[in-house]
Amino acid sequence: MSRISRRIFLAVALCAAGLAQAQLSIEITGAGANRIPVAIVDFPGDAAASRVITATVRSDLERSGLFKMVDHAGLAFDENAAINHADWKGRGADALAAGSIARSADGRMEARFRLYDTQKGVSLGGAAYVTSNTQLRAAGHRIADYIYEKLTGEKGVFSTRIAYVVKSRGQFLLQIADSDGQNAATALTSSEPIISPVWSPDGGRLAYVSFEKKKPVIYVHSLASGQRHIIANFKGSNSAPAWSPDGRKLAIVLSKDGNSQIYSVNADGSGLQRITQSSGIDTEPRYSADGSSIYFTSDRGGSPQIYQVGAGGGEARRVTFEGSYNVSPRPSPDGKSLAFISRREGRFQLAVMDLASRQVQVLSDSNKDESPSFAPNSRMILIATEIGGRGVLSAVSSDGRIKQRLTVAAGDVREPAWGPYYQ
Amino acid sequence: MKKLLIPALLAALLAACSTTPLPEDGAGAPVESRSGSSSGVTPVTAGGLDASGLPRELTDPASKLSQRSIYFDLDKYEVKDEYKDLVAAHAKYLTANKGFKVLVQGNTDERGSREYNLSLGQKRAEAVKRSLALLGVKDDQIESVSLGEEKPKNPGHDESAWSENRRADILYKAPDGRGEF
Repeated sequence: MSRISRRIFLAVALCAAGLAQAQLSIEITGAGANRIPVAIVDFPGDAAASRVITATVRSDLERSGLFKMVDHAGLAFDENAAINHADWKGRGADALAAGSIARSADGRMEARFRLYDTQKGVSLGGAAYVTSNTQLRAAGHRIADYIYEKLTGEKGVFSTRIAYVVKSRGQFLLQIADSDGQNAATALTSSEPIISPVWSPDGGRLAYVSFEKKKPVIYVHSLASGQRHIIANFKGSNSAPAWSPDGRKLAIVLSKDGNSQIYSVNADGSGLQRITQSSGIDTEPRYSADGSSIYFTSDRGGSPQIYQVGAGGGEARRVTFEGSYNVSPRPSPDGKSLAFISRREGRFQLAVMDLASRQVQVLSDSNKDESPSFAPNSRMILIATEIGGRGVLSAVSSDGRIKQRLTVAAGDVREPAWGPYYQ
Repeated sequence: MKKLLIPALLAALLAACSTTPLPEDGAGAPVESRSGSSSGVTPVTAGGLDASGLPRELTDPASKLSQRSIYFDLDKYEVKDEYKDLVAAHAKYLTANKGFKVLVQGNTDERGSREYNLSLGQKRAEAVKRSLALLGVKDDQIESVSLGEEKPKNPGHDESAWSENRRADILYKAPDGRGEF
């Protein structure tokens, strides 16, 4: 893993005073070696709206670690203005975005923009997004996603959301925030622990484990309506839910027949089917990206290791061999790699296996990494870790170069889950 | 169960009687006896039951049955010999009082994966459940569950805290539904 000495501190303004105690703040502690220099000029039109949108675009791109913002010298011009490409090239910008903000006929805001390649002197395309006045940041995230995809060839994840659990003053809060930590909202407050949240593939629901009944029980919670229903409350413990990629099933862990074993169940709680049959512990199931198999943790070989089994059951195949403690498997959405937590010399660290070569790379230098979660574009991995005795979230690029830290002012934050693409 | 509850019921009945005797001739109790330093009402604690509605035998610190925690060694999931008597005492109570139920909650220290720890805590709870079952406690009287590392008894981060957290606890529920879970 390469150590990046450069440290960029990005001050994320926390102006929502009411939410301040639960707001995530993000600090970038490592960036890519070759960052693309981009200039985003101010968008003429509504000045206040322009400030929100362009500031969102700039901070999104910068936070990704893949871009370097080039000073736009306070210039403002719209998406149709003639561009002096040589001038922007001279300022060091490889790409430039310009745009405008207008009020649409129905009173909402319309943000239009165009992206240019200053090296080739050509337009790379543009788009228009219509939003309500309260959703200006969302428009900024959509523009940043567009620019990210045009310049890197990968889909951006700025418009995605994350879920996590905050423990504060003896309360457990299941929160949802934008990928930049803004707009935090509490979906569930409980005096008992909440663990293992996972997003449904459509982004509308979370499955999680709540201890509110003095034992672990699995719930599915619709975020918009706040409606929750129990999908598994069998005798014993019910835990570790994981959605199938088509959203129709969940793999879950039940101890109704003794030790923890993996089952699958329909999203409404019907159709229970046992997947693994071992005399030890089988837990932490996760469907492979294509849904055909399930990765899981098992102690059947004497120490906890990661195995793979067909989604309907069958013979399990061992996946990890190095070390005596490899847990929490998370296959990447692109199907190419597997993130997991590996204990090395008493330290719990994030590791990634390239599934084709089976090569393992340790991505962190911390001691207490937990609960990895891939961004939907497979480029970043969100983990829970501990700094100074406090739970924080950390995002690491899958090559280990880019690092961000997300903290909550007055509490422990843990159990992160990165949501699917904006739909 | 009857053996235990009859003294409790008798005490409750006697207490109830003592506050309500009416003379056969219909005359009320002397007024002055109610307005004196005493209110005329004898405070009574329902005999033998504690605040959670469980028999004191289960919660009185002097009773062995008030000991509800079984500790485990690091990476170990078998009930140690030193807890065999305690498990036997609970088994004896449960076989004699078949209307009572127990929830065995397994716990682990904080190190490692939360979900894997949940399964390890389950193994500890399951070991206690099996020991009780071997001594004749009926399956429908026991539920073994795990709290994993989520509810540490000692929130510290050193071996002495961790050893307190590698534990299974026995919680009781009375036939009337009152109790600890």
